[in-house]
Amino acid sequence: MLALQSFAQNGAASFTESIYASGKIYVVVACIVLILFGLLIFLFSIEKRLKKLEEKSRHKN
Amino acid sequence: MYKNWWKVLGALLVTYSTIAGFLNSVPQKPILYESIRNLYFHVPMWFGMIVLFSVSVYHSIRFLGSNNPDHDIKAVESVNVGVVYGILGIVTGAIWAKFTWGQAWSFDVKQNFAAIALLLYFAYLVLRNAIDEEQKRAKIAAIYNIFAFPMMVVLLFVLPRLADSLHPGNGGNPGFNAYDLDSRMRAVFYPACLGWILIGYWIYTILYRVRSLEKKNTL
Repeated sequence: MLALQSFAQNGAASFTESIYASGKIYVVVACIVLILFGLLIFLFSIEKRLKKLEEKSRHKN
Repeated sequence: MYKNWWKVLGALLVTYSTIAGFLNSVPQKPILYESIRNLYFHVPMWFGMIVLFSVSVYHSIRFLGSNNPDHDIKAVESVNVGVVYGILGIVTGAIWAKFTWGQAWSFDVKQNFAAIALLLYFAYLVLRNAIDEEQKRAKIAAIYNIFAFPMMVVLLFVLPRLADSLHPGNGGNPGFNAYDLDSRMRAVFYPACLGWILIGYWIYTILYRVRSLEKKNTL
């Protein structure tokens, strides 16, 4: 914990540099974008199913 | 599809703000460092919540004027989405606070009042569910909602400014300037807010349609 704290204090600037230097932040971005896309497409598909239901119930009534 | 352009816009803005939120360069601030990027995700939750609660109070007023039960359902469902946004806002705020202010909950005025504002809306939902008779329930809920909304605004935007707060823009000085929001951050922050507001409104319309479909089929 102590080591972590001292890292946070004097290594903060270098940490931000390293996150880009390693280039692997793009891996995280890719994952998050995938999740976001999945959820958004899910939302669109939910709405599609809802639309079908609405049409069905309109015919019934 | 062209009727749904705003849903696509919301999806695009949220995606853009997520990518740019991670990859854009940000000003280096002590304590905050890279966590300043949370501004693109934490704050839009609150803005979304406020917009959804405004939609709700609009429909509550319309309900009192028209007695149309559709407005009652709209008011409830927008509060439902707004409460989800608010919970996400408070949890993301606690995570952010843990690593910048040192504690997840430091009893900062704005944290406390945000929690109270959420409780106000929990009370709205509980109160509404406690009344069986439909017309009465709708009317009481609408009146409560009209009182809860200005309370929420006061709790979130007025009272925190009268006391010292860890939140930027409080303790006397209003505005976003505490973050030195530079143009690079604005280019991500505003689209993020608009995008999350649109997504929240979209979820609300879906919930409303589900609820009115349920109602139609049970009648």
